[in-house]
Amino acid sequence: MGKRVAITGGTSGLGLALVRELRRRGAQVAFVARGREGVDRVERQNPGTHGIAGDISKKEEIHPIAIQIAGALGGLDVLVNNASALGPVPLALLGDTECEDLERALAANLLGPFRLTKALLGALAASARDGRGAVVVNVSSDAAVQPYPGWGAYGASKAALRHMSSIWNAELEAIGIQFLSPDPGDMDTPLHALAVPDADRAALKRPEAAAVELADSIGAALERQKAGAPC
Amino acid sequence: MLAAHLPIQRHPAAKLLVADRAGGLRHVARSQFASLLRPGDLVIANDAATMPASLAGQHVASGQPIEVRLAGRSSLSPDDMRAFSAVVFGAGDFHQRTEDWPLPPALQAGDRLALGPLRAIIERVLQHPRLIKLRFEGGPDEIWAGLARHGRPIQYAHLAEPLALWDVWTPIAGPPVAFESPSAGFAIDWRMLASIAARRAGFATITHAAGISSTGDPELDALLPFDEPYRIPVATAQAIRRARETGERVIAIGTTVVRALEHAAARARGLRAGDGIATQRIGPHSTLRIVDAVLSGTHEPGTSHHELLRAFADDATLQRMDAELNARGYRTHEFGDSVLVERAHGTCRELAGLEACATSFKSTAMAIAR
Repeated sequence: MGKRVAITGGTSGLGLALVRELRRRGAQVAFVARGREGVDRVERQNPGTHGIAGDISKKEEIHPIAIQIAGALGGLDVLVNNASALGPVPLALLGDTECEDLERALAANLLGPFRLTKALLGALAASARDGRGAVVVNVSSDAAVQPYPGWGAYGASKAALRHMSSIWNAELEAIGIQFLSPDPGDMDTPLHALAVPDADRAALKRPEAAAVELADSIGAALERQKAGAPC
Repeated sequence: MLAAHLPIQRHPAAKLLVADRAGGLRHVARSQFASLLRPGDLVIANDAATMPASLAGQHVASGQPIEVRLAGRSSLSPDDMRAFSAVVFGAGDFHQRTEDWPLPPALQAGDRLALGPLRAIIERVLQHPRLIKLRFEGGPDEIWAGLARHGRPIQYAHLAEPLALWDVWTPIAGPPVAFESPSAGFAIDWRMLASIAARRAGFATITHAAGISSTGDPELDALLPFDEPYRIPVATAQAIRRARETGERVIAIGTTVVRALEHAAARARGLRAGDGIATQRIGPHSTLRIVDAVLSGTHEPGTSHHELLRAFADDATLQRMDAELNARGYRTHEFGDSVLVERAHGTCRELAGLEACATSFKSTAMAIAR
């Protein structure tokens, strides 16, 4: 049986590329995105995937999303928290950032991944106990480390997510759930186009290439867990 | 007993009444459950998440409003989502006690039900005019989406506010297959799991589709518990085997764990990893082959949960426990306090060796008495 994987933000950019790449590798894939039309389109284009319409930045939608993920897949081995919000568009200096824009970035980039992980932690822990391995990917960014002017809301929320991943790891290592927070690089995605509308797209990384690297990292993490599993 | 009327899973003051195998009683803070464990003990919980099993809608033929409570399913397979058994109520409000709800219109095979975005047809009326087998239209993903968006967790009249899903998912909730919460698991959180590990005790899970606890109708309640599918993971079966070989205690978190493990153990090939459907009732004459102690809520005498405790302790002990629960102000229902009941007279393994475990000490003693 293929690994059971859920990906948020699965209808564009890195998320969509990951849906295709992991499906190609034989995983059972559920993906989440806000727009019903986009979800239906990606589901049609990728037969056998489970499309879920929902907004991970809204508290009330977390359990309905989690129930559809764990219900459709019958459990969960890998959660990829990929859906992200940029904050103010166009990018703004922190002094010019509306509080509400920062709140929206935190809701999508920090609270959403926290809530969804918490709702699915039981399913992930069950996979770990049963020797299947359990991995959570919190997609990060170099903006989580470097203080780029204009990227305040995004950078601060991604820095918090990165640190939270480290703490999750410290707390759940003994249980066998591993958290990754990879920086996939500057990719040619809708989010990047919002941030840097005049970027030279040809110079940006293809999300498909980042998806291959990320799928390799997930596979390697699961292999390491298997090697270290007690049974 | 008092009803716990706030949906707080781990009340800081939650109490635990412990009945040891000699019938001795003592009170501890439930948060200190792990301190009662010995190295090698194996704690097993039910990791089922709770479905939003209560669906408001309409009986199409009569136009009457109804509430359908999903109550059973024949497997845990994610794709097997169309057929459910269900109990049908008239339209009501969660503040009303279930027994005071109006009756639904007369139900017949072939009747259509419109339940928010979900469409269903009554396949059969089962052993009671309000107990039906229904079939949803559409594929599994559509049905999951409909339940997730439209369903509500089954509500309790003794609570002040309606329950949300996060109120009824235990911290370890995984597959969403329970119809009501396996609420004994509310006692467990991640800190407690760390404490269990620190005591060098083991922790494992099963998945058991806990069914509805009460319908408010004595005839229907007499049919409870309905058949409940369960799954025992490979790692859990291995851990149980190890515990049995070394004579360590198996401690069930909740009656659903007892029901699943004892059902599996009673099969011809004994307890194995895999799927089963628990059909049995557990009571004073049941043989316990696996479970040495059970952590459970506080239950009123006469309920099926209380009957199950009679497999662990004799009636005199249970009566003394009831008196203690009342005297010390224990709270009952899903969000209430708890009891931990150890099987009377010790494990059969300690008394008679592993082979004799096929028959419990209790039934052995009865045979000798005859």
